[in-house]
Amino acid sequence: MSMPYAKLPAWADYGLIPVINLAVAFLVAGFVVLLVGENPFRAAVVLVEGAFGRGQGIAFTLFYATTFIFSGLSVAVAAHCGLFNIGGEGQGYIAGLGIGIVCLAFDSVLPWWLTFPLAIVAAAAMGALWVLIPAYLQAKRGSHIVITTIMFNFIAASVMVYALVGFLKPAISMAPQTRTFLDGAQLPKLNWVIELFGAKIRSAPFNISFLLALAMAILVWVLIWRTRLGYEMRTYGHSAKAARYAGISETRIIIMAMMISGALAGMMALNPTMGDQHNVALEFVSGAGFVGIAVALMGRLHPVGIVLAAILFGMLYQGGAELAFEMPAISRDMIVIIQGLVILFAGALEHMFRPYVQALFASLSPRSVGIEAIKGKGA
Amino acid sequence: MAQAAIELIGINKSFGAVRANRDINLEIARGTIHGIVGENGAGKSTLMSILYGFYQADSGEIRVGGQPASIKSPNDAIALGIGMVHQHFMLVDNFTVLENVILGAESDALLKKSIAKARSELERLEREYGLEVDPDAIIEELPVGLQQRVEILKALYRGAEILILDEPTGVLTPAEADHLFRILRQLKEQGKTIVLITHKLREIMAITDTVSVMRQGTMVATRQTTKTTVGELAELMVGRRVLLRVEKGEAEAGGVKLAVKNLTVRDSRGVTMVDDVSFDVRAGEIVGIAGVAGNGQSEMLEAISGIRRAVSGSVMLDGKPIDLTGAADPGELRDRGLAHVPEDRHHVGLVLAFEENENSILGYHDDPRYVRGPFLDIDAIRDDARDKIAKYDIRPADCRLKTANFSGGNQQKIVLAREMEQDPGVLIVGQPTRGVDVGAIEFIHKRLIAMRDQGKAVLVVSVELDEIRSLSDRILVMFAGRIVGERGPEASEGELGLLMAGVEQREAAE
Repeated sequence: MSMPYAKLPAWADYGLIPVINLAVAFLVAGFVVLLVGENPFRAAVVLVEGAFGRGQGIAFTLFYATTFIFSGLSVAVAAHCGLFNIGGEGQGYIAGLGIGIVCLAFDSVLPWWLTFPLAIVAAAAMGALWVLIPAYLQAKRGSHIVITTIMFNFIAASVMVYALVGFLKPAISMAPQTRTFLDGAQLPKLNWVIELFGAKIRSAPFNISFLLALAMAILVWVLIWRTRLGYEMRTYGHSAKAARYAGISETRIIIMAMMISGALAGMMALNPTMGDQHNVALEFVSGAGFVGIAVALMGRLHPVGIVLAAILFGMLYQGGAELAFEMPAISRDMIVIIQGLVILFAGALEHMFRPYVQALFASLSPRSVGIEAIKGKGA
Repeated sequence: MAQAAIELIGINKSFGAVRANRDINLEIARGTIHGIVGENGAGKSTLMSILYGFYQADSGEIRVGGQPASIKSPNDAIALGIGMVHQHFMLVDNFTVLENVILGAESDALLKKSIAKARSELERLEREYGLEVDPDAIIEELPVGLQQRVEILKALYRGAEILILDEPTGVLTPAEADHLFRILRQLKEQGKTIVLITHKLREIMAITDTVSVMRQGTMVATRQTTKTTVGELAELMVGRRVLLRVEKGEAEAGGVKLAVKNLTVRDSRGVTMVDDVSFDVRAGEIVGIAGVAGNGQSEMLEAISGIRRAVSGSVMLDGKPIDLTGAADPGELRDRGLAHVPEDRHHVGLVLAFEENENSILGYHDDPRYVRGPFLDIDAIRDDARDKIAKYDIRPADCRLKTANFSGGNQQKIVLAREMEQDPGVLIVGQPTRGVDVGAIEFIHKRLIAMRDQGKAVLVVSVELDEIRSLSDRILVMFAGRIVGERGPEASEGELGLLMAGVEQREAAE
């Protein structure tokens, strides 16, 4: 016997619940800060000021957010098709291979605005190809996409080590990374945009790939809600049986959705490589692929939510770094704990407070109707 | 009048602003069979859920045997001697009857003693009420009718004096239903009180002593069964006069539109569900497939519509053959003029999380009317959805509303509108009115007849024998994956019932 639910108004669904989840995450994090003997309120102030207090902080926050937008969108596209792409990390990492080759080949001959599109294509293609085998196995053999994509993360890591100690590395270098890209493969900074508002920035890696991320957010919205492909993906994601009934090919839709997801994951590699370090180095993705899962869940799989959630996680990264610097008792690991709590409450326990909020609204709001649950999909 | 077993006084229950039960007063006399009828959403199930402790009433009082009772959970209800037999059985399939009966009522840490005790108790109950179930049979090997008896035994074993049955005959053959009624009468004679929730008025007339009618959350009437008629009850349920029997003219059957040839289907376990079935449906006729649920009708429909791969067989659509064994594509069949209203509208025919307009193109989402290149033509889709909403009187008339928020009858209308408005040559419909209220049933039946009169070939599969009999021009009866007989619409219910139960009456008679 199912319990009746009250449907929430959109603002509560997309605004109130994430805020409650976040508040609880910070509350618990506050206790952890208290445990190590620091003042949680001061820690919160440092965190927020570190992320948004000065132009420098804002630029870094948005730089981190750029990568998370890509990885969040990647997870969301797959999730709309009922698939859990947990391999964004590997797809992003392997995309570094494509970017590296394009940049090393063209940075001396082409200007950045020609190298960039080539690198976008290379990154997207590598990411998409990397997910092709897991997607095919899911579609044809029923091998669970979660298992295969996570295994492909490890394969990607090995391939990248092989490439970075081998052909991508300059012959004379000891470091497992490419040479520094020339101007022709360095993306212009966007710091001046923040400076327009009067803030001062010494140096920050906030760059033009942020605009690409926003463009992708719009394109993902169009794809999901305005195209036939998106319609088919959503149909399959909600009900494989309904998709079969509607004449949608299971194989095709799984492979299409996963490849788009992989392409988006691949694009996240542009930001740290061409935008910041100007090389391809070991471990340059540094967990952003996994953060994308939390970003997508917290953003309720909607591009607008994902952009906002990505900025939140950018804030945690940037503010967290400041916090570790300002409060010695709070180590880098503490920051990971706080991020973990946010992921826990905003992602894994996303629905924990929902029944209470719904009960509250049920007693206030005029409509009582069923809600859909976020659907996990088996093989 | 006998003392009341249950009294409900001023029961109110709201979900949000929806008042599922409004000021309900009901008195159920001890030792009687009391029917509760009403359309879907009238509040019957909510009321019984309050009585059984699933929900708490917002206000009002429950008295059991004259004493005020506080029922906060099913355990409280059981302690008060109230038992419930659910529409969907709550049995562990791979346990024996005995194990299911004691489940949750074990008296010891070790099972052995409980089982021994239960066995003797069970034998007594079976003798007393003529329940005839082998205590050591495995549930999944029992037919549905017997599984239902296990549910009744479970309640009796827990000392139920008051038994609530929720739509008990939905899954039964007429013969099984008759047997159930005999058991219920016997229980009544032993002094038990029975509450029967149903929407089948015939059953109410056949077995109850008293009947209460619910409509839109209120109790509109309580009648002595002997002093009322089916017509009056139907009118009370819907609030207006309804046609219980479809009015239709003679069929003018034309050429064969749909021919199913040698169809064999196995399920995922390799069990043959449809066994070499062949039949034709001609233009301008409705062919009804009767049968007890689970005799291969569902699998047959799925195979004909291309959703499920067949082991062998083909369909001729308008004279062109389509093989069903290969990768038959529902889309291709649809393009050839086969429209399909699936049995399971919640998971197959609709995506409940979609807006209404999105569902009104499901399966036709590549149609040039609805797309511009790779994009959906949102305006065209919504205009089209609004047209269908008006034409099929779908309520609420909001094409942006989530489909899950429509009632069962309106959801079915969404599917029917989509499939019928494609102007298909062949329409196959599974369970056209399952979970649909009386008012909408009338509408759907009229539409199906209208399709027939336009010269379409219509194939209807339903477990509601009444529906098959009133709609069909020809009736095919399915049993154990085979078509065991063909009859005209004038065939008696008893005759069809025997066929449905696998008794080959004609052979026996000849």
